[in-house]
Amino acid sequence: MRSHRLKILMVIVALAAVAIVVPNTGSFVILLVTRALAFSILVMSLDILLGYTGLASLGQAAYLGVGAYATAILATKYHFGLGWDFWLVLLIGILLGAALAAFFGLLAIRASGVYFLMITLALGQCVWGLAYRWNSLTGGDNGINLRERPKFGGIDLANELTFFFLVFAVFCASLALMYTLVRSPFGRSLAGIRERELRMQILGYNTWLHKYIAFIIAGAFGGLSGVLWAHTAGIVSPENVVLTTSVDALLMAVLGGAGTLVGGVIGTFIVFGLREFLSTLVPWWQYVLGVVYVATILYLPTGLMGIPERLRQKRAKPDNPDGAKKLASLHHAEKTT
Amino acid sequence: MSADTAANGQTPVLELKGLSKSFGGLHAVRGVTFKIMPGDRKAIIGPNGAGKTTLFNLITGIFPASSGQVLLFGQDITGWQSHRRTALGMARTFQITSLFPRLTVLDNVLLAIEGLRPSKFVMWRFLSSYRDVYDKAHQLLEQAAFADRANTEVRYLSHGEQRQLEIVLGLASDPKILLLDEPAAGLSSGESVEMTEFLMRLDPELAILLIEHDMDVVFDLAHTISVLHFGEVLETGKPEQIKNSQKVQEIYLGTG
Repeated sequence: MRSHRLKILMVIVALAAVAIVVPNTGSFVILLVTRALAFSILVMSLDILLGYTGLASLGQAAYLGVGAYATAILATKYHFGLGWDFWLVLLIGILLGAALAAFFGLLAIRASGVYFLMITLALGQCVWGLAYRWNSLTGGDNGINLRERPKFGGIDLANELTFFFLVFAVFCASLALMYTLVRSPFGRSLAGIRERELRMQILGYNTWLHKYIAFIIAGAFGGLSGVLWAHTAGIVSPENVVLTTSVDALLMAVLGGAGTLVGGVIGTFIVFGLREFLSTLVPWWQYVLGVVYVATILYLPTGLMGIPERLRQKRAKPDNPDGAKKLASLHHAEKTT
Repeated sequence: MSADTAANGQTPVLELKGLSKSFGGLHAVRGVTFKIMPGDRKAIIGPNGAGKTTLFNLITGIFPASSGQVLLFGQDITGWQSHRRTALGMARTFQITSLFPRLTVLDNVLLAIEGLRPSKFVMWRFLSSYRDVYDKAHQLLEQAAFADRANTEVRYLSHGEQRQLEIVLGLASDPKILLLDEPAAGLSSGESVEMTEFLMRLDPELAILLIEHDMDVVFDLAHTISVLHFGEVLETGKPEQIKNSQKVQEIYLGTG
């Protein structure tokens, strides 16, 4: 219980630091952080599937794509969502993401493991194919340029800082919602399914339904991140829904630590940061990212968030009598209190 | 009440009618028929490969039956999925320990309790805010003398402790019938005596169907024993009858 509270406190402090530090930096950093925040909502939504439910989805970019394309099409073709109705577009993005996931889930949830991965990959590529080929709606390979950001009341989102705070607020709300979800009875049932699905069925859970609901929720958050992404990047193209984007999201979640939510955010920031930093230094920066990914999976399967736990275990090993004693006395203290 | 009602006017908790299962050409379970009344303690014994665990998987809905019927409280549940059978009051444990290894003992029990509560779909409130669920979990852990290990991850428990936790999870849903698949598998003789005593302390109204190879456990617990051989019930009777049966000794207990 206490460790949970400590972790929440640490996250709040980190978020406050971001809110204070970032506005005092240049517009380059502000834009970079805004992009990372928008994308990390997608990574967290994927973590609900990967880390908590044990479903490795390779098609998560499809939900970002649906939200982003809806935003861009509504804004450019119908001039919708550039005033107060922006909030309506946010809702539409969420609903479209959820609806697409509800449809895809029917096909994907019956499978598990590698087969689930393959089906989500194929479905994600279908969305990419549509984005690429449906020229009249999506602009094909060129994508859609968004020439303006929403403006409502006294708020003009064209201002980088104002827009940063909007994305930051939506991000915080998403994090809070998803954190509540994973610690709710429903969220715990997902962890049970990840650990042993058959036992969950015998305990009275309709595991298919639980996985399906989780899939839809992940899709909804994916759609939400897509709406933000469209306005952050100013352009929506097939590149946003291509397989690489899904793989990136998956690797960011693993790099930070699957099953932690916050880990996915850290992973996103590291990859976005590295990408910007390295691409100015060397032309072969993608190889560096590749090495980071491979090294994570080989040497740090629990991700960066797993490091403290690993250190603790190393210290508590019996060949280190100090650590073992400390742990024993700690255990004793717990019992007596 | 239907024709299935027994002489004393009670509905059987569980009734099997000609239950069969074949995997391709292999007839794993053949025409098994029996009834279990409230409070019955019935053991199924038989050599390895006799179809005991397959029978359990048919009763709990893990495999679909090839033919025959399963009735729970007089209701035909043959085609039902597992989770619906649990909701009616059936629970089981597994021969190969099937716990949630990376969750704590407490979390394991919490999941088991939530399984039949509508709140399992709640996603806007922390599980830790459900006092009644926690109270019940602690009560169950206390009964099984697990209270001091509530926050240990299950993978760090000994085999014997894991076997015991299997049963705690089975009991968490307050079942009317409990199916135990070799509860004493892999236990030392001391541990299996403890296990037997634990099982004998359970509510006498709870019906138990037991698969077990440890004959001490079987003869201590069971009121009736059925012998399964090549998927068929060879003989059913009181423990003494089975012990003395010529046929059973030949195929199972050995003729020595």
